[in-house]
Amino acid sequence: MSLFNARSAWTIYKHELARALRTALQSIIAPLLSTMLYFVVFGAAIGGRMESGLEGVDYGAFIVPGLLMLTLLSESTANGAFGIYMPRFTGAIYELLSAPVGFAETLVGFVGAAATKSLVLAAIIVGTARFFVDYTIVHPVLVLCFVLLVSASFSLFGFILGIWAKSFEQVGMVPSLFVMPLTFLGGTFYSINLLPEPWRSVALFNPMVYLVNGLRWCFYGQADFPVIVSLLMALGFLALCIAIIARIFATGWRLRS
Amino acid sequence: MFPAMQDILEIEGLTKTYDGGFTALNGVDLTIRKGEIFALLGPNGAGKTTLIGAVCGLVQPSSGTIRAFGEDMGRHWRTLRRRIGLVPQELATDMFETVLHTVNYSRGLFGLAPDAARVEQILRTLSLWDKREESLSALSGGMKRRVLIAKALAHDPELLFLDEPTAGVDVELRRDMWTHIAALREQGTTIILTTHYIEEAEEMADRVGIIQKGRIRMVEETRAMMARLGRTEAVFTLAAPISAIPEGLSGHSLSLAEDGGALVYRGGDGTGQGKSEVAALTKALIAHKVDYTAIDIRESNLEEIFVNLLENQSDTGEGA
Repeated sequence: MSLFNARSAWTIYKHELARALRTALQSIIAPLLSTMLYFVVFGAAIGGRMESGLEGVDYGAFIVPGLLMLTLLSESTANGAFGIYMPRFTGAIYELLSAPVGFAETLVGFVGAAATKSLVLAAIIVGTARFFVDYTIVHPVLVLCFVLLVSASFSLFGFILGIWAKSFEQVGMVPSLFVMPLTFLGGTFYSINLLPEPWRSVALFNPMVYLVNGLRWCFYGQADFPVIVSLLMALGFLALCIAIIARIFATGWRLRS
Repeated sequence: MFPAMQDILEIEGLTKTYDGGFTALNGVDLTIRKGEIFALLGPNGAGKTTLIGAVCGLVQPSSGTIRAFGEDMGRHWRTLRRRIGLVPQELATDMFETVLHTVNYSRGLFGLAPDAARVEQILRTLSLWDKREESLSALSGGMKRRVLIAKALAHDPELLFLDEPTAGVDVELRRDMWTHIAALREQGTTIILTTHYIEEAEEMADRVGIIQKGRIRMVEETRAMMARLGRTEAVFTLAAPISAIPEGLSGHSLSLAEDGGALVYRGGDGTGQGKSEVAALTKALIAHKVDYTAIDIRESNLEEIFVNLLENQSDTGEGA
């Protein structure tokens, strides 16, 4: 048997997507609705009276990448976490552990499905945003790559969270108490260059700043930082998550007793 | 290469000590033969589920080796797990899936291509076909347990672990399960089951292993164990109490009970020898003018043998 069991990975992937479809209201409609409300309030309603800080980009368009990133980070983390936490919680993980399935198949199946859900949601958000604000994407291919990178990274992060968590409360705690607030403060609604010191310097310690600005650069070709910084941050985070999960599988931490 | 004879699973020196210091398995040695039904018996916490978990990949052993189909499980886990199935003790599955979906998922998880005909056959055999589109949450406990068996059979395992397969199911369904398990064995599947229902082991198992405190205390053919350790007990209710056993009856393994109102025979070996001795004893009692009004005779079952063994075994008892 080869080192990668493609059919097993595909089975996990399909199974996870089927689970997402069963819970479409929660996994797609709810985040879509909340994002649309942000567009209505901050884009269409009061956006016309605000400065974006980017040349030639009005405020409504300015917040599109930030809101997209906010949804991507939250949903990728939550999808990755619940995907592995649910079978741990129900005990159904026994089947995964007793199957000829290793690190690679599990990651491709669970994280691939979580990232796919995020990508579908991102596409819907980007398309729906057009109903509220006018914007033009300068680097559409880079947007796709960056969204893919961030979705995969935070799905992996969520996967780690789902293995670490001992309760539903812990699964929900990290996205709502850390990911979302940090993204809010990471320049979703404003350019950090508009912040007074020392808050601008403080903001530089928030990793979400680089992700939001990376996606903003892909959208409009301008941001608070060079895009390479954002890319390196995202790639570094991806590599760190993969290394942690590889270690988890090697030791069986929280998976095998 | 699979050995010419028939050892499908070889466990040597298997030990599992948890982080808290509890040793669930303590140097287990056990060999399972191809095609047999092996019943692993033991009290709660004896290590039965841990042993199954160690073979199936749910538990990381602290030391020892596990060889399945002649190959080391640690090195060849990918190929070997494909040939092993597990029905867990707990009803652990996603309750919002349909029966058909969850069985197909199990087959794919083990790397097999979809096979609608095979899955239908499994579901029909387990009387689940009519329920295939129902959500698991809508099924009874017994039906859910059948679904777990269907999931385990979905990849046609050659070695099947059944951890308490009939726990919590009614007598009729339990008998039904026994029929299914016997049919699996007929098809060549090797079965290792744990159970609290000793009659289940007595009914089905070719061999029985007794595990206690993480050690295998005994492994023996079920019938041989019954013959070796089985006993016949006959209670003669006497017409009039006696103060002592008549001298001519002293060779009959008798004792007095109920203040001399009853004579109790205990003997035999589980093969029927005890019944012959009881028949002879009835004649001997009449010959010695000991009148009786009733005879209550019964054979000890595996459960009594099991309980006696557990009570009598010391921690340093015999191994497998």
